[in-house]
Amino acid sequence: MTSMIKERTDEKKVRSRAAVGVAALLAGTVLLAVSLALAVSFGAADYDLRSVWRSIFGYDPARQADQVIVGIRLPRELGAALVGAAFSVSGAIMQGMTRNPLADPGLLGLNAGAGFALACVFAFVPGATYLTAMVGAFAGAGLGAAMVFGLGSLTRGGMSPVRITLAGAAVSALLTALGEGIALMHKLSQSLTFWTAGGVSGTNWLQLQLITPVVLGGVLVAVLMSRSVTILSFGEEVATGLGQRTFLTKTVLMLVVLLLAGTAVSVVGMIAFVGLMIPHIVRFIVGTDYRWIIPCCAVFGGAFMVLADTAARLVNAPFETPVGGLIALLGVPFFLYLARKKGRML
Amino acid sequence: MIHPVRQRKIRLMMVALALILLAAFVVSVATGYASLSPARLWSTLIGQGTAKERLILFEFRLPRIFIAILAGAGLALSGALLQSVTRNPLADPGILGINAGAGLAVVCYMLYFPADPGSLVFLLPVFAFLGGTMAAVLIYVLSWRRGEGADPTKLVLVGVGIAAACSGAILTLASSLEREQYDFFAQWMAGKIWGDDQIFVLALLPWLLIGFPVAWAKSRVLNTLSLHEHVSAELGVPLERERILAVLIAVALASASVSVGGGIAFIGLMAPHIARSLVGPRHQILLPAAALIGAILLLVADTIGRVLLDSVGIPAGLVVSVIGAPYFMYLMARK
Repeated sequence: MTSMIKERTDEKKVRSRAAVGVAALLAGTVLLAVSLALAVSFGAADYDLRSVWRSIFGYDPARQADQVIVGIRLPRELGAALVGAAFSVSGAIMQGMTRNPLADPGLLGLNAGAGFALACVFAFVPGATYLTAMVGAFAGAGLGAAMVFGLGSLTRGGMSPVRITLAGAAVSALLTALGEGIALMHKLSQSLTFWTAGGVSGTNWLQLQLITPVVLGGVLVAVLMSRSVTILSFGEEVATGLGQRTFLTKTVLMLVVLLLAGTAVSVVGMIAFVGLMIPHIVRFIVGTDYRWIIPCCAVFGGAFMVLADTAARLVNAPFETPVGGLIALLGVPFFLYLARKKGRML
Repeated sequence: MIHPVRQRKIRLMMVALALILLAAFVVSVATGYASLSPARLWSTLIGQGTAKERLILFEFRLPRIFIAILAGAGLALSGALLQSVTRNPLADPGILGINAGAGLAVVCYMLYFPADPGSLVFLLPVFAFLGGTMAAVLIYVLSWRRGEGADPTKLVLVGVGIAAACSGAILTLASSLEREQYDFFAQWMAGKIWGDDQIFVLALLPWLLIGFPVAWAKSRVLNTLSLHEHVSAELGVPLERERILAVLIAVALASASVSVGGGIAFIGLMAPHIARSLVGPRHQILLPAAALIGAILLLVADTIGRVLLDSVGIPAGLVVSVIGAPYFMYLMARK
């Protein structure tokens, strides 16, 4: 890991490993498919893979198994896959764009902003549709990000990763407190607990219809712009020197990040660390070229989230363990490792 | 030596702080679901109130007010100690993850013993202390680098991580609580002062009665510790031992406060800073000033939360966060 970083910062050299990239992408896709199949077949009632296949491709509403598989489990796990992809890709873009190894939508206040906005929407817009909630979450993520980066750029000495992380912690604390306060005042805390704890249990086909185009579109734009992310990850001066219009690129990328993170939070609630872990693991495998990192992040992030959600369902069955808590338990050692390993860089 | 004029100013400041605390106390007693005018307050205090007034004052309001005062003072002292020892102006038991560690221990306690006042309530702060200590040790070890010691910035960064880990574990454990217990627990996490029974005051009081004098007696050492590492070593202070003692006191105060007062962040950050700007950096005077300010802040926050909505009540921790987070941002931007 360290040698890789050294190479990246000292020699400004991209390690694009096309063969590894293709292999990783294929492996990730297979992993995603397998984990989806497993997730759908395991649960309170287990079904074998053949009946899963039959339910999906020959749906018969009269059969109970089909109702469980197609009506409940499939949308839930597809939702998990989309959310994982969205968090991971937005984390990857943020890490590349800000050159901050600790960047993650959860740590940088985006998730808290989206959660705050959701509390506002539910409190002040009676009978809000899911679309309203999603737009609200998007705007809230923007608010959180603006506050963190505004605060970061106010500080003298610039936006060092540590400062940004601290600013993120402060902004998250503020927005979470405001959101909780609003929820308590309007007696929403019960329905919002789900959002603060994080979970995909309620996902239905209607939500999927709304979020699928947004997430896939966001990932597509990210893939198309991945070259620019690689160039930005060399640093602002290099990017300008190479003839990139950094302001325009950064604005578009930031919009993609907000769209992905906001949508993901509106489905699953505040889950941190997915966007931190997956890009680092992927970078470890495919090198520092974002043309490979971003698509790989999408599939690996999706697979990770599906597996995490399945684990959350099975760990303490028949009760559901909040998947956000489970991921935090996995993610924090990773965060500490990064903070320690790259401490000198920060 | 301090200049006499400055000394008089500091003394005046302390008197003013004590008066503000007294005023906050009177206002807090007087306001609420059933109001109690200051005149009635006095006669109730000396034993001439009606049965109803006595009930409101002694059973409902006074215990909660005392807990707010004690917990606020404890958190503020803890923050002051941590800031001096780590030489990091952003240190706070909440941000460093000590509160979350104590919270984790409290959840474990709640899983095995029902929250029944009277039976094992004195054990609660002890459990919290164990949890807080484990978090503190973990943070210190993880931010340690051989030959350099614990880097102040890294300390805060690792603390943020530990806090997230503990919150994750708390969420995971709390999901297996009963519905009623969970509601109670969620409010506790948000920093609702829940111990409104005299016994909680008694459970919290000894920790402060021991912690504060010990810390205060160490003022001179703390003065040198807050200087640069080499300076304090040259002055002949046995660095590590004193530092560990100070951190232990800080953890004990924070954990005990959290176990009764709930997850309250930012008091430990704000109070010492305000105190430092009012009375200067000498710990002999800084520690009592910080304790007073912390008590005032939490009492006011709890009163606001209690009065703002009669039916629900906003947890004091939320009020403190809404005031404290912008203050933290201001500190960051200024530094």
